[in-house]
Amino acid sequence: MTKTLQFARFRDLALLPAIVVLMIVGALVDPVFLSADNLTNVLQQRTELSLLVLGQALVLISGKIDLSLESTIGLAPALALGLIIPASAHGLGVELPEWTAIPLCLLIGVVIGAFNGFLILKLQLSAFIVTLGMLTVLRGLQIGFTEGQNLFEVPLSFTYLGSARWFGLPASVLICLVAFAIGIVALAYFRQGRSIYAIGGNAEAARAAGIRTERVLWTVLIIASLLAALAGLLMTGRLGSVGPAQGQGMIFTVFAAAVIGGVSLDHGKGTLFGALTGVLALGLIENILTLGGVSPHWIQAIYGAIILIALLLARFTSGKAQD
Amino acid sequence: MTAVQATGVTKRYGSTVALDDVGITVEYGESHALVGRNGAGKSTLVSILTGLNRADAGSVTFDDEPAPALADRDAWRRRVACVYQKSTIIPALTVAENLFINRQSLERRSLISWKSLHAKASEVLASFGVDVDPARPAADLTVEQRQLVEIARALSFGARFIILDEPTAQLDGPAIERLFERMRGLQSSGVTFLFISHHLQEIFEICQTVTVFRDARHVLTSPVSSLSTDELVAAMTGDAAGLRVGHTRPSLPADAPVVLSVSGLRSEAFFGVDLSIRAGEVVGVAGSASSGKVELGEAVVGLRKATSGTVHVGQTAVRSGSVPDALKAGIGFVPEDRHKEGLVPTLGVGENATLPIMDRLGRFGAISPTRRRAVAERMINDLSIKTSGPDQPVSGLSGGNQQKVVMARALSSDPSVLVLTDPTAGVDVRSKESLLDVVDQVAAEGTAVLVISDELDDLRPCDRVLVMFHGEVTASFPRGWTDGELVAAIEGVSAEQGADE
Repeated sequence: MTKTLQFARFRDLALLPAIVVLMIVGALVDPVFLSADNLTNVLQQRTELSLLVLGQALVLISGKIDLSLESTIGLAPALALGLIIPASAHGLGVELPEWTAIPLCLLIGVVIGAFNGFLILKLQLSAFIVTLGMLTVLRGLQIGFTEGQNLFEVPLSFTYLGSARWFGLPASVLICLVAFAIGIVALAYFRQGRSIYAIGGNAEAARAAGIRTERVLWTVLIIASLLAALAGLLMTGRLGSVGPAQGQGMIFTVFAAAVIGGVSLDHGKGTLFGALTGVLALGLIENILTLGGVSPHWIQAIYGAIILIALLLARFTSGKAQD
Repeated sequence: MTAVQATGVTKRYGSTVALDDVGITVEYGESHALVGRNGAGKSTLVSILTGLNRADAGSVTFDDEPAPALADRDAWRRRVACVYQKSTIIPALTVAENLFINRQSLERRSLISWKSLHAKASEVLASFGVDVDPARPAADLTVEQRQLVEIARALSFGARFIILDEPTAQLDGPAIERLFERMRGLQSSGVTFLFISHHLQEIFEICQTVTVFRDARHVLTSPVSSLSTDELVAAMTGDAAGLRVGHTRPSLPADAPVVLSVSGLRSEAFFGVDLSIRAGEVVGVAGSASSGKVELGEAVVGLRKATSGTVHVGQTAVRSGSVPDALKAGIGFVPEDRHKEGLVPTLGVGENATLPIMDRLGRFGAISPTRRRAVAERMINDLSIKTSGPDQPVSGLSGGNQQKVVMARALSSDPSVLVLTDPTAGVDVRSKESLLDVVDQVAAEGTAVLVISDELDDLRPCDRVLVMFHGEVTASFPRGWTDGELVAAIEGVSAEQGADE
């Protein structure tokens, strides 16, 4: 078909060769790299990040931005736990029944997303500033009511999803795969998914074509927050507790993975599959650096460099100036 | 000596010729009108005369000296200034800073002295008789004051040749009079104007010479006093004004039911409009940019909320301000600006064309790519859209083909009412012809069509044309109108005629 189409497909799959190269390099650096244990580990450590990237990619494609996801990933499980554990364990003293913890955690995510949507869509505030504010407020709330403490008394039901193994794989990895599969299909073959691209590409034209833009955007913001809450649940299960800094600083990695995966900050462009390959590539790079004995003190600098290189590549392959 | 002279100027954009060997000579101290219908090449000439664009061929002189190099912006600013329709004032800055933008530090000191900047600004404003406080943010200014500040800024650079690009479009009557008063004053002190306007009576009022462009060519230059309105209109529209001789649509059956009825519709831009269109009927609404015609169309299709009044399709009332409702009621439309509301540049031809009917391409919200492709290919075929296929991003199409995609989108829902706003804006003649053919075709199939435009060619297929002026329908012409009488009514020269509805 057309060259542009081929190019778009290519952009989607651009990272696959890079991932193959990374696998080879990894194997050369340390034979342990290719072991099932190590690779499963890499995957599991990236599940939370990948859910945030999934949410952020949806938001970016629709033309908005949500920085507060990195605080939701901490506050949602922390607040849900706070509502069920006793005050002696830094809870709020409400002591709701244990089974409510997971629904509460997800509900908190929905509420945060809905509130973001209210500020951005109804009051028409800038998404960047609103979610930057929310990032700080949500983190502050968590530190406030936990008094900066770890929440250790996590019921088994709450840690299950983050620590269980299904069919020989961590449950969280399977959950992520399912979430991405649903997202990829929805964005490619469903009206609601295509609406997100239309709105991101030109919101006014989407409205003129009969798309209820506000409703779609609100839904996207809620889904992103819900995914962040789910990521928080999985992270809590994996680590066995909720720390006051759970998720802090993650948003930068989220953007790095999304951008490397070809999700454009220019709105309306990119795919979830691309975003997923971005997460994997970053995960492999970090794993190889660790196995290769690179000091963890240098990893941050290398991440930053990778983001810049990816931006450069995007700039020169698309040939378009970036805003 | 002449203030400005352009000779043999040709400018091409890709395959379109924007200016074809044109010339213009503006004498010292005159007000020279430049007129022409959309696409005549006026704005291209302005961009060349102001040094924003380089002509492919031809030369420009100021005061009989060759124009400065394109890169020497200061030299251009000393010779010519243009007050665009779109304001170049920065609202967040003060009037004084706008006046001296990028030369704030007077006397070439590195620090800005706000005190002397304001003093200098007061001086400049006073010398041109502009009564505006220089310390106020420019956002507070009225449209009229903003224009005056722009003119004052232009003059303060030393330019004595000023281009006014449709300066009256956003002004009311008294403000236009005050602008003309000021122009006459400046003219007597040696300032030369090139005046662009769609309002012909203004040209007769303020200008001494008029140059007419049509289809990228120079048609005539003549003293205003030796031209009649009719002759000017004839020069603008040309002899072979029509694309084709006649539109061969069968006449409307007497019992054709009313499909679209608009009653007492009102918003900020138009007042109490009544309108009904029968199945198979094509009705045009003409009017200038400030007539409220575009806003009327937007209110009918749900892009704009009406303050009162109703829109019915058949017996169904359409909720005001809701595009999904209008779509459901059977209204399809081509919006005014395809780049703004017509197309999603990142998506393909097929997807753009089927956006309103995504729910019909599969069950439970799923979209079957094969079905979308089939629908899209039929549309591409029907409208003869030149594209490599349904997946080609619309951003890669020519203007005419992009407009056809917008038309395809409007038709995708098989509407019983089709509203077209400026359907042939900025498209080439061939595309124009096929877009207008579509109008005939869908009307013959029983669709009620509303064409909103001031392009005469768009209005030719209409069974009748309503003219709006300042938010009200002031005239109605049955088929068989002449260009002259319609343009006269649009310009408000003689709005009393033809009120036969």
